[in-house]
Amino acid sequence: MAALSRKWDPLFVLVLGSLVFSCKGDVLKTSNDRTESISATKIEESSPQAADLGDLRQSDEAESNEDRKAFTPPPPNDQFQEEMVIRPLYSGDIYASFQFRTQWDTDFLHDGKKVSHYRLFPKSLGQVLSKFSVRELHISFTQGYWRTMQWGQPFIPSPPGAELWVWFHHTVTDVDGNWKELTNVLSGIFCASLNFIDSTNTVEPSASFKPLGLGNATDHRFLRYATLPREIVCTENLTPWKKLLPCGSKAGLAVLMKSEKLFHSSFHSQAVHIRPVCKDWQCTSTAWELRQTLNVVFDLYTSGQGKKEWSLFKMFSRTLTEACPLASSSKIYVDVTDNPGGELFDLSPSSPLISTAVVLGDRRTYSVYDLTKKETFGQLRSLNLLLRWKGESDDMLRPPLHAERYVSGFGLQKGEIHTCLYNSHPYRAYPVLLLDSLPWYLRLYVHTLTVTSKTRENKPSYIHYQPSKDRLRPHLLEMLVQLPPHSVTEVTVQFERALLKWTEYTPDPNHGFYIGSSVISALVPSIVAMDTNSTRDRPLFSSFFPTKEESSYFMRVYTEPLLVNLPTPDFSMPYNVICLTCTVVAVGYGSFYNLLTRTFQVDEPSAPLAKRLANIIRRLRGVPLL
Amino acid sequence: MGLLSDPNRRKAITSLLTRLNTPICVVCYLAGIAWFMGLAFEPFTLRTYMSENAMGSTMVEERFPSGERALATAREFAAHKKKVGGMPVDWLVKTMRAQGLEVFTQSFSRNLPFPDESKERFVVRGTNVYGILRAPRAPRTEALVLSAPCSPGNSNNQAVGLLLGLAQYFRSQIYWAKDIIFLVNEHDLIGVQAWLEGYHHTNITGMGYTPLQGRAGSIQAALSLELNSDVVTSLDLVLEGLNGQLPNLDLANLFHAFCQKLGILCTIQGKLQRSDWDTVEGYTHSAQTMLLMVLKQASGRPWGEHGLFLRYHIEAASIRGVNSFRQYKTDATSIGRLFEGMVRKLNNLLERLHQSYFFYLMPSLTRFVSIGYYMPAFGLLTTILLLRALDLWVHLGTPTPVTEDGVGEGESPSSPGLLSVLTPVVISHLTGVALYTLPVLSQEMAVEHFPVSETEAVVLTAIAIYTAGLALPHNTHRLISGEGTEQGWRVLKLVALLYLAVLLGCTALINFSLGFILAVTLVPAAACVTPHVPKALSAVAMVLLSPGCTILYCVFLFQELQEVPVSLAEGWMLFLSVISQGILDHALYGSLVYPLLALLVYPCWLLFWNILFWK
Repeated sequence: MAALSRKWDPLFVLVLGSLVFSCKGDVLKTSNDRTESISATKIEESSPQAADLGDLRQSDEAESNEDRKAFTPPPPNDQFQEEMVIRPLYSGDIYASFQFRTQWDTDFLHDGKKVSHYRLFPKSLGQVLSKFSVRELHISFTQGYWRTMQWGQPFIPSPPGAELWVWFHHTVTDVDGNWKELTNVLSGIFCASLNFIDSTNTVEPSASFKPLGLGNATDHRFLRYATLPREIVCTENLTPWKKLLPCGSKAGLAVLMKSEKLFHSSFHSQAVHIRPVCKDWQCTSTAWELRQTLNVVFDLYTSGQGKKEWSLFKMFSRTLTEACPLASSSKIYVDVTDNPGGELFDLSPSSPLISTAVVLGDRRTYSVYDLTKKETFGQLRSLNLLLRWKGESDDMLRPPLHAERYVSGFGLQKGEIHTCLYNSHPYRAYPVLLLDSLPWYLRLYVHTLTVTSKTRENKPSYIHYQPSKDRLRPHLLEMLVQLPPHSVTEVTVQFERALLKWTEYTPDPNHGFYIGSSVISALVPSIVAMDTNSTRDRPLFSSFFPTKEESSYFMRVYTEPLLVNLPTPDFSMPYNVICLTCTVVAVGYGSFYNLLTRTFQVDEPSAPLAKRLANIIRRLRGVPLL
Repeated sequence: MGLLSDPNRRKAITSLLTRLNTPICVVCYLAGIAWFMGLAFEPFTLRTYMSENAMGSTMVEERFPSGERALATAREFAAHKKKVGGMPVDWLVKTMRAQGLEVFTQSFSRNLPFPDESKERFVVRGTNVYGILRAPRAPRTEALVLSAPCSPGNSNNQAVGLLLGLAQYFRSQIYWAKDIIFLVNEHDLIGVQAWLEGYHHTNITGMGYTPLQGRAGSIQAALSLELNSDVVTSLDLVLEGLNGQLPNLDLANLFHAFCQKLGILCTIQGKLQRSDWDTVEGYTHSAQTMLLMVLKQASGRPWGEHGLFLRYHIEAASIRGVNSFRQYKTDATSIGRLFEGMVRKLNNLLERLHQSYFFYLMPSLTRFVSIGYYMPAFGLLTTILLLRALDLWVHLGTPTPVTEDGVGEGESPSSPGLLSVLTPVVISHLTGVALYTLPVLSQEMAVEHFPVSETEAVVLTAIAIYTAGLALPHNTHRLISGEGTEQGWRVLKLVALLYLAVLLGCTALINFSLGFILAVTLVPAAACVTPHVPKALSAVAMVLLSPGCTILYCVFLFQELQEVPVSLAEGWMLFLSVISQGILDHALYGSLVYPLLALLVYPCWLLFWNILFWK
């Protein structure tokens, strides 16, 4: 527990330390609340993953998973849980989020003891963890951009392309070497181009990425973060990802993952998160947790011809018949918050189990389908959830934080990157951490960095800038910005486009160069805490003081990547250039060289013979010549 | 290379060049003109071909079914437009949103420097509506733009209807890799300018606009649609953009390829292609087409909405529906399919269009003249200037026969040099500055004192300053340096010739047509002028070859080529409106023709005028 409470410290020390002079009282209060909540409340709430569905529990079983873990019989010291959440989005799309959690009470990093017997935990990953002394590993592959303004917030955010961040164990001496090898190994495991991660796109963020698992690592020398915004994600990445599951795609929720359906969607994101967690409630020893997540958004507009109706079969072209036999729990959650009386849509078959939880700062209600129970599958022995819309959903509440980014200006010499951060909260200001990692070929004019909100300058309380080195290191810009309530904060910085060496251009240079997403991490005041009018049905005694664990929650927002055109030579040109320069050199240089080296003499007409003879005689006599 | 070091051979060449200077110049001029006119002759030009692989081999199927529905939408749009009396913003937002697009609006306002009489506007306020179709699984990095103007009156309703129809159809397709922006803009070019400036967050023309809320990354290509009738007989492709910029030739090829595929008649400069290139009529036809393109390009103004996109390195073209009395008609479904096909191929692009030519002239849709072919014509004309300059240089360098007896003569050529040259240069440039600034600045005063409207005031002030410039500077050098010498005008002419050569060369690199047209009229004037020719006759010739008159000829030629000949009075009125449009284009969109003519070309011509009256 002590370790757990400490793991958030670095961020808070930073947040508080930098806010102490500048921030408003309410923020300070939030942060105080926050620290209190860490020490006082349950483990999951203190971690940002509290927002995740892994921690979504029915209200009657409030104990943590670790708690339940303590009662399981000892022999198999690993367990597997699978879960799917379906959320109808306001835009009419459907968000389906899978989570598979494998927990194993073992220690990969223990010296001398080699872990060789694997049961549920994938061996390929286990070996990687122990070989490279990885403390925490987060990798995501995303195709598409999460449209926060239409879809709300995702359970697990990820940037377009590939993202990898790893905390190494503090005993590692050659972090860069390990990182290099690790990326190459992961590139093989996931069939992705992670081997393109090198020093030119790797950064060590000082504040934005803190360990999510156990551990009090604060030294960001052991952290590596890299994104590949150009990475295309397709079935070749999905197959190895599915193979890491204990049941593969043979049974359980994973049977739904047919790639032709998953990639016929508006958004696709798959991720693997590995971290050390507490083994039990007392946290006497650690266990390893592997979370595999897959998020898909289906666009029913294109596939459904405008008819708003969906079912498991329509989305995945499969129905469910069983849970994964190895899973200790296997559940489907359907978000029915906006449908309390059933006036918005019909859900069939209906489920008697209802669970509520605070997810992403909002109190949500879920219908729960437990796949481990026979009666879930009904008479047909197959579960095909069907949801039929009846009414039009009203407008979505604006998410409290979203961001967008674009390049302004025209021409190929200079440009300006604008990052707009929107705080939609009506009365609360809160600080956000902005991380920008820009490749070296954009030469940043850091003196032009401005942060403005409501047309006034907004001085960041903390700036960490690491300048780039050509062909070696990207720019790293991290800053802590206070976002005033209900405002747009604009961060702009100008840059100059560098001229690359001709071998450094990609094969398609006129496509442009990708600049990875900015990362915005924040503790956002929750919507539940905003609800002081108690419009929702809840007991009065619970609603006077904002409940601590609900008062704010961790949120990470990724902006869109940028496509920047660099000055590109016409690559058919070298031939012409060679011809032209050779001619110029031959003609110009040749004649100049000729001029310079030639000795000029006055061309005297030769003297007559008699005079020459006379001169010879005069020379002999020592008399001046004629 | 003995040329540099062997004085004898050098002497031989220079003497040859000076001796035969005039004949060579005449030959060069005639050859230049002939070369240029030869460009329209089909055997001398190249056939267009698709360079971009991503657009060439990939086949797309056009399935757009709902042309009729698009026309119904157009009628609905027209009704709402009439009801609101302008752009039906709310209706558009609602319609686009119902189609599943992300819809945003942008309002803008712009005060024109003086009222635009042809379009009857002075203070422009409007709103652009655009909807973004987000491509599935694309990270918002690339976009295509389809735009249609919401024009006043009854025009262009079908374009908006078709745009909305396409939006609806595109929304239900899965294959998009780039976001597609459907833009309906108000106040034609001003709206587009506001939107583009908002999208790129720049402000180059003093436009007032609200910032854009939604973006879709870097725009790869744009197509603008203008359609006035339910059926069309042909589609006209408009390429000429701001400052004579042209989109990549592949965009024209793409349009032509789809017109062929769908059996739609397509034209460029409103002229159909003829197959009889070997007859006189065939040649005249393609020469007319090419000349029209040259004139349009030289004007430097955007000839369609696409013209403003080009500045932002977005390949763009306007497609204009023409409904004439021809029997063969094309319906909205086919036009929709044409657009679908073009957008799908642009969607397949991996890189920006860059494979094909950016500098070309088109004598017909299937033929093009690349920069390598047309530049020699211009080169031949500028050679004249260089030859004359060389001739002068040689004359200045070698002692004249007079100096044989006098010793002090060697000093005199250099002594009046700098001051006598600099004075006319400075004065004529000051006149140029006056011509550039005064018309707009003094319009209020002119309106107070004369019974004219603001537009007329601006144009007439410009013409007045232009004419006054003829009287002003040509005697001033005498005040400073006393009597002008023979050497003085030669030095001045040498400077002016080189200045003109550089000026025209730079212009032609950016906008070949403008450079060439200026060269055709200015070069003979510059080459022939000396103080020793008959004054009155040469003065008339000089005025007739001045830049202002060049514009007048271009106006008449343009009308002639468009087969709407005008009388002298109408031509004069057109000329006045062309000048006011030129000044407006400069203020509104940053067109550079007006400042180029006022600040550089006109002063340069004044220098030659100065030489004519050298005393």
